[in-house]
Amino acid sequence: MLDVQNLSMRFGGLLAVDQVSLDIQEHEIVSVIGPNGAGKTTVFNCLSGFYKPTGGKILFEGREVQGKPDYKISRLGMVRTFQHVRLFNQMSVVENLLVAQHRHLNTNLLAGLIKTPNYREREKKSLDRAAYWLDRVGLLELANRDAGNLAYGQQRRLEIARCMVTEPKLLMLDEPAAGLNPAETKELNQLIVSLKEDYNVSVLLIEHDMSLVMDISDRITVINQGRPLASGTPSEVRQNDDVIKAYLGEA
Amino acid sequence: MAAHNVKHALFCAVVTLVVAYPILGLNLVAQGTRVGLEGADASTIIIIFLASVAVFAFQLYRDTIMASLSKAPRLNPLAGREPMPQARRVKLESWVLTGIIVLALFWPFFVSRGSVDLATLVLIYVMLALGLNVVVGLAGLLDLGYVAFYAVGAYTFALLSQYMGISFWMALPLGALFAALFGLVLGFPVLRLRGDYLAIVTLGFGEIIRILLNNWTAVTGGPNGIGGIPEPTLFGMEFGRRVKEEGNTSFHDTFGIAYSGEHKVIFLYLIALVLAVITALVIRRLMRMPVGRAWEALREDEIAARSLGLSRTAVKLSAFTIGAFFAGFAGTVFASKQGFISPESFVFLESAIILAIVVLGGMGSQLGVILAAIAVTILPELAREFSDYRMLVFGAAMVLMMVWRPQGLMPMRRTHIELKRQE
Repeated sequence: MLDVQNLSMRFGGLLAVDQVSLDIQEHEIVSVIGPNGAGKTTVFNCLSGFYKPTGGKILFEGREVQGKPDYKISRLGMVRTFQHVRLFNQMSVVENLLVAQHRHLNTNLLAGLIKTPNYREREKKSLDRAAYWLDRVGLLELANRDAGNLAYGQQRRLEIARCMVTEPKLLMLDEPAAGLNPAETKELNQLIVSLKEDYNVSVLLIEHDMSLVMDISDRITVINQGRPLASGTPSEVRQNDDVIKAYLGEA
Repeated sequence: MAAHNVKHALFCAVVTLVVAYPILGLNLVAQGTRVGLEGADASTIIIIFLASVAVFAFQLYRDTIMASLSKAPRLNPLAGREPMPQARRVKLESWVLTGIIVLALFWPFFVSRGSVDLATLVLIYVMLALGLNVVVGLAGLLDLGYVAFYAVGAYTFALLSQYMGISFWMALPLGALFAALFGLVLGFPVLRLRGDYLAIVTLGFGEIIRILLNNWTAVTGGPNGIGGIPEPTLFGMEFGRRVKEEGNTSFHDTFGIAYSGEHKVIFLYLIALVLAVITALVIRRLMRMPVGRAWEALREDEIAARSLGLSRTAVKLSAFTIGAFFAGFAGTVFASKQGFISPESFVFLESAIILAIVVLGGMGSQLGVILAAIAVTILPELAREFSDYRMLVFGAAMVLMMVWRPQGLMPMRRTHIELKRQE
């Protein structure tokens, strides 16, 4: 469903991403790994429309999306989380999920001012969907709290829930396990697998936690210094000499 | 006593002398055709000197004084209290607002004409501040040229009435829509700018509008302004002594009462009141609608909002346009109240005052903004005797506010949408 061909991103004299290609089929979890500064997040930023790539093509469901504005890409069904959690801290947990459903709501000003039946119905639907996902990630009890007051692990889960209420086809997670303890990482592991299994979402994952990556990925792409180093199934990647040298470390 | 304290205190005292002496100690005196400089009398000099000594002493013992001040009993007994639950707070706020409105409805019949006139002005500022509150407080866009939309509203009415003889009630929606259109057209190119840059561009736009009005003499009359703007009518009843327009009747004839200039003033006040209430209610609803949430989301974290499919331009533009719309509303009422407008009413100071109201009231908070609008408009009128020092007092009040209550009189507490527990 996502096909990235020879993606390049140049910042002045720095070639941050150089000819990276990857593809994701439906119903698949693909991980991108690489040392710090390898250009993983830059790839993400290109995919999600925050950067305009300087070269290459990004095809999402057969449509070229490179250079499209971020909000349009997100509306097509490619939604991302961030390396550092980005919630709307002063809004309540449930409101965070309502904002994410903005385009499912009746945003007609007059309809809202006089509260037409259609407006009420959609408002209720989105509240229900928010409640469903809060329950799913175990935050229903905290629905009316300020998002900024949640514990870090809860914020991470809320961010994923916030992506899921937009009904994405491809979920892009940027280091979702960063800062989580082993128990929380295990929960996250199960959550991601269940997103794929139960909600038919493909997942593109950037992660440093190798146990998580090896455990759940169908395929892995390794990037080093902006260049693709290897790609394949977890076991293939684990045995690749270049990867071991550059990243996994010689054991 | 630490040495740096002495040094600092000495410095402060010298600054006091340097600032105060030229301002208070020197007077310009007309000597025939020339202007001469004269020193003040001995008592003023002594006062200046004493003031600088006081500053010196205060700075010297500042730490001790501030320490003992913080031990003094709190002025606000509610300061340490737990915030009340949201449901109760919303209820209380609605009651207070309803009370204010009911009071405001009957109040003009018991006070002098001057007070009612001033109150109308307050209500115009309430409308302006509520509108700007959407832009600055909710959407987080610093707009320093807000007065431009106010001017567009006022001039729309003035020009339409002058060239096409349109009445107040026709002009009211037109003025607001025209101002909103201006907001849309201006907002489109500038809203990709952020923070300071946006502030500067809007500041420039405000000045452009004013200068355009000033120089486009053929249409706007330039600095001479436009006069003879009609007053609002009540179902074809005019409030003047004589009927000006064909087909209209006069208010006092219809009801068989004696003519009084107060009718008109009170009627205008009531119109302004109704419009201000409408403004407040509409914005109150907007805040809880998807668009209101989108404003806040974009203010809190623009990148996250965009990643969730919110179009930055559309959301910001909606805030800008709605803010401009209400400024146009206020402008139309202002033109009608004054009967005469000129570019002088729409200088940068107006933008600054409206912004000051929003900041003083507490960004985003409606009740706070309303109270601040009342305070900022009425205080200078009450302090007319000290007219020379009005701006000084105003400035000092702003500085003190920022030191003691930077979050505003009544900081905004958001009304969250609550998820009801599902069984």
